[in-house]
Amino acid sequence: MSENLLEVTGLQKHFPITKGLFKRQVGAVRAVDGIDLTVQAGETLGLVGESGCGKSTAGRLFTRILEPTGGKIVFEGQDISHRNMAQLRPLRRDVQMIFQDPYSSLNPRHTIGTIISAPLQIQNIPTPQGLKKAVQELLELVGLNPEHYNRYPHEFSGGQRQRIGIARALALRPKLIIADEPVSALDVSIQAQVVNLLEDLQSEFDLTYVFIAHDLSVVRHISDRVAVMYLGKVMEIANRDDLYKNPRHPYTVALMSAVPVPDPVRRDRAQRNRVLLTGDVPSPINPPSGCRFRTRCWKAQDICATEEPPLVTRLDDPASHLTACHFPVVDDEAVTGRTPAAAPA
Amino acid sequence: MSRPFLEVKDLNVRFETDDGIVQAVTDSSFSLEAGKTLGIVGESGSGKSVTSLALLGLHRTRSNAKVTGEIWLDEQELVSASDADVRGLRGGKMSMIFQDPLSAMHPYFTVGSQIVEAYRVHHPGVNKKVARERAIDMLARVGIPQPARRFNDYAHQFSGGMRQRAMIAMALVNDPKLLIADEPTTALDVTVQAQILDLIRDLQAEFGSAVIMITHDLGVVAELADEVLVMYGGKVIEKGPTIDLFQRPQHPYTWGLLGSMPRLDREVRDRLIPVKGSPPSLINLPSGCAFHPRCPYAGRNGDRSFTEVPVLTGGVHSVACHMPPEERNRLFQEDIAPNL
Repeated sequence: MSENLLEVTGLQKHFPITKGLFKRQVGAVRAVDGIDLTVQAGETLGLVGESGCGKSTAGRLFTRILEPTGGKIVFEGQDISHRNMAQLRPLRRDVQMIFQDPYSSLNPRHTIGTIISAPLQIQNIPTPQGLKKAVQELLELVGLNPEHYNRYPHEFSGGQRQRIGIARALALRPKLIIADEPVSALDVSIQAQVVNLLEDLQSEFDLTYVFIAHDLSVVRHISDRVAVMYLGKVMEIANRDDLYKNPRHPYTVALMSAVPVPDPVRRDRAQRNRVLLTGDVPSPINPPSGCRFRTRCWKAQDICATEEPPLVTRLDDPASHLTACHFPVVDDEAVTGRTPAAAPA
Repeated sequence: MSRPFLEVKDLNVRFETDDGIVQAVTDSSFSLEAGKTLGIVGESGSGKSVTSLALLGLHRTRSNAKVTGEIWLDEQELVSASDADVRGLRGGKMSMIFQDPLSAMHPYFTVGSQIVEAYRVHHPGVNKKVARERAIDMLARVGIPQPARRFNDYAHQFSGGMRQRAMIAMALVNDPKLLIADEPTTALDVTVQAQILDLIRDLQAEFGSAVIMITHDLGVVAELADEVLVMYGGKVIEKGPTIDLFQRPQHPYTWGLLGSMPRLDREVRDRLIPVKGSPPSLINLPSGCAFHPRCPYAGRNGDRSFTEVPVLTGGVHSVACHMPPEERNRLFQEDIAPNL
């Protein structure tokens, strides 16, 4: 297991809810509630799920922007779960992040030259040809005009800003990049440009990505392996093709069937085969007992409320395909129609 | 010959700003029959939302906005109509669902009272109790559990999907003949999006309204629309029946949109085929065809692409492109279709 760049076991992040003058803790938002994952060097792991499933929190834990409440994060064999700021500094060279919103992730008062050179300066990276040259090379790498070195973020479009964010993440030549919804805020035609750029950079610099997104089609395009999250837990994880061809978890099935297909000829079939989940995602403050998805699941039985299904290989899946479900969906199982009204939690 | 239920002719919307004149919509024409759905697709700044706001007359209050052209709704012209007339239609015969229900609803009033207000404005004789029953009935119709209790909640107490349902209830409370949905599901998760699209489809069948669905998502259009408009730089660059448009898209920009999208219903492609460059500024539109700086084929048409604005031509499925139709078809069949 030496090729695992990142290993995460039992990772938890609970945000306390406090009340009153003395900030008495009255509960906790269990944003990430026990996930186990590995990220291998050179691969892209896609992390999908709906809003509030904890995928962004997970990304922030991997980069140690947040400190976990429980569990372990091991990067290149070293436990980084509870390192302090100073101890984390060397880690920052190896792990970088690309943020979702290219408008709020760049300081509007700094030129892009300053923004992109900041990591180099902070880490005291020698730049034999000078800082400016180093930044201009990075700009060229991400497809921006190196002469725009002295411009400010507002002079760039959304897609260009996202490229600036990518250049900044690349400055330290990291091993692992956590990309949190890097293309969600972009127009369709620009999304594809950025996705292609990320792919090119990966092969050029042997990068490893954790690609966090809610868009299942983009995740499928870019990932080697995909993990599906729901209410702070990983529901299913598998190689890309296994997951998309034979989704086992009812939630994965529902999620995939909900994506509108850009093919009007198949409209009727798509709608017939759609699993319509009723209701909303339960609150992560008080998640359902047993399996968290059971309140919206059409296959739920008594055991689902009492026993939490472990994330293991189910049916005759390959060892890399893990599902946390007592009643995984078998191949060609008819899963049509609407789910029953949500059972009381 | 009578007019179609909704007919828009040569609609132009421009805004005067300190930086110059923003030509948000240029010579846009389309029509829609009752009970049908029109999808308007485009990227940010393509003029799709401005078009819908113009239909509702929502630019009237802005002194720097100038709307010209004709909008005929059910034999009534709206651009030249008085403010009072348009107000009488807005929320009544035509209504709108906005993208962000949290900012579209008033945070200070309960959801129920806002629906009641919308109803009573158009039904002045109705007393509060009847209006309240109507509002609760609408909340139930859009699938809000315990509508009588939720009636007294505020918008922030609803989840995103529920809020969008409440917005739809408000938009439909007066049985509108025209419903405009501006990116109604963009802020929602896919599973909730599926619920909302399903709801709009059901309600349309029930009420027989005409629906204009504005979105950047070709998947949503393919699911819902009978006809599609593709907008770019404030102009309609392609329009046609949905199936036709998806099977034989004509404009290189439409090809670009389709090529940019990874699709769950196809095998994984090695590379996406993006459109180069970025969308134009509406203050300073490129000369000739607004798409020419991004079009890989612009050079093929001599100088025309750079000097002459292409007009929308060609029957039911029409396109605004200088390329001869035969060449376009050949290119699509040989180069584009195999890679989609």
